[in-house]
Amino acid sequence: MTVHVRTLDELLHAPLEADSDLTTQEYLVNMGPQHPIAHGSLRVVVRLDGETVKEVIPVPGYVHRGVEKMCEHLNYRQVIPYTDRLDYLSAIMNNWAVAKTVETAAGIETNDRIEVIRTIMAELQRLQSHALWWGVTGMDLGAYTAFLYGFREREIIGEIFEETIGARLTMNYIQPGGLMYDIKPDFAAKVKKLLPYLKDCVEQYETLLSGNVIFQERLRNVGIVDGARAVALGCTGPVVRASGVPLDLRATEPYGAYGKVQFNVVVGTVGDCWDRYYVRLEEMRESIRIIEQLIDGIPDGPYSTIRYNVELTLPEGIHYGQVETARGAFGVLIVSDGKREIPYRLHFRSPNFNNLWVVTAMAPGWRIADFISIQSSLDLVIPDIDR
Amino acid sequence: MDPESLLALVETEHPSIRRRSHADRPAVSVPSGELLAVMTTLRDHADLRFDLLLTLTAVDFPGEDRFELLYRLYSTVHGLWLIVSSDVPRSRPVAPSVSSLWPIAEWQEREAYDLMGVLYDNHPDLRRVFLEDDWVGYPLRKDYQDEYMLELPK
Repeated sequence: MTVHVRTLDELLHAPLEADSDLTTQEYLVNMGPQHPIAHGSLRVVVRLDGETVKEVIPVPGYVHRGVEKMCEHLNYRQVIPYTDRLDYLSAIMNNWAVAKTVETAAGIETNDRIEVIRTIMAELQRLQSHALWWGVTGMDLGAYTAFLYGFREREIIGEIFEETIGARLTMNYIQPGGLMYDIKPDFAAKVKKLLPYLKDCVEQYETLLSGNVIFQERLRNVGIVDGARAVALGCTGPVVRASGVPLDLRATEPYGAYGKVQFNVVVGTVGDCWDRYYVRLEEMRESIRIIEQLIDGIPDGPYSTIRYNVELTLPEGIHYGQVETARGAFGVLIVSDGKREIPYRLHFRSPNFNNLWVVTAMAPGWRIADFISIQSSLDLVIPDIDR
Repeated sequence: MDPESLLALVETEHPSIRRRSHADRPAVSVPSGELLAVMTTLRDHADLRFDLLLTLTAVDFPGEDRFELLYRLYSTVHGLWLIVSSDVPRSRPVAPSVSSLWPIAEWQEREAYDLMGVLYDNHPDLRRVFLEDDWVGYPLRKDYQDEYMLELPK
């Protein structure tokens, strides 16, 4: 029994033939690693017959940094800043995944105050991430105005983060056993003032882009994937929910303060690009709802239950924890040998790596312009694919 | 279904599996020869229906001459979780591909091949996913060395 290992060259030098009677031929086009729709360094080789996409070959790896290897030499607190640099638009949720896994494994208790602040911060970041995604999708499809509006909200939420956390992108905020810093005294007042504004923003997004005929034409019934296929292709987050599968870890296995609040899991019906667009808009409304329920009653208490300079050693075995980030299930798998304060092996289950490959099933048969809509609707963050 | 009856059900279907200790959720250990049969049952059994392969990875144990393959399954139908682990010898790390059951495994297995050097039999397109095709070695192995690596401070 031998296992045949292929190379990219083999794929790219296969004979190319077109279906048509004319003397034409298929051709390969590199979209990326530097391309405006990639929002980062993702190379996608597209096999085209005229303008029709025949095959999509994603070639990730241009920002591969070997984070998992590095983590084998870091203790659990030192792992946290590295997760900021995976899906940088969900940095707080990524921090939370590591903190949650370590807390469960080491038996560290947290208090209500910590969990409520974590939830508020995570939802603010989800809002920020979806606002940016909304703007960027508009830009991908030719509406540059949307990009500026999306960035406007991102800045405003970024200022709230900056005041408490001191960072706007790489947060390093949620730690095993608590938070890096306590919230500022006027945090709740500022967030409360922000919520009606954000509500208006979502309405503004609707009037600005959702009703646009060109925009709808480019999204509706494009890149349809049904629920069973999306699940088999490993999709999570808004991508799988748009196909009608109510898989949301906040609801299916509530963590943080999600068990105490009322919110709906937003699902689509068709599974096309439009559903993926609209699921995210609705999720912004749900996030605002979650924050509204929590912001008035942030309990008192310490913002950390352990001292941060203690060495954390996890018991021997496999530990897995996951959270719902803005893009899907982010999981941390820690294999500990029980002796050292560093992991023996650490693996990140990143939502973007698993969401990427559905494009190979969605795109064939569509025109190259539709491929832009499809890739944009997946909301990929490239450093999280490559890790 | 609670974890205990889940494990009991899997054991009844496949007596060769063992419960794996030291895991935070229900976990079973499967001989690599039977991996595909067990996985097929897990996906297709009406009471299990593990339709989502969340993640797949390998862990290197050079001292014990083995790779441990870890599969993390979730059932969106019944809301069940299961870890499946399987050992392959380090000297000949060939495992059956599960990409015929879960298409996403095709790329997850490519990652495990790229970084750990596990070979997947019957894989439709086994090639490196992050590194270049002419890269030498598998970086996540514990004994991996290359000229760019820094000495760790002792």
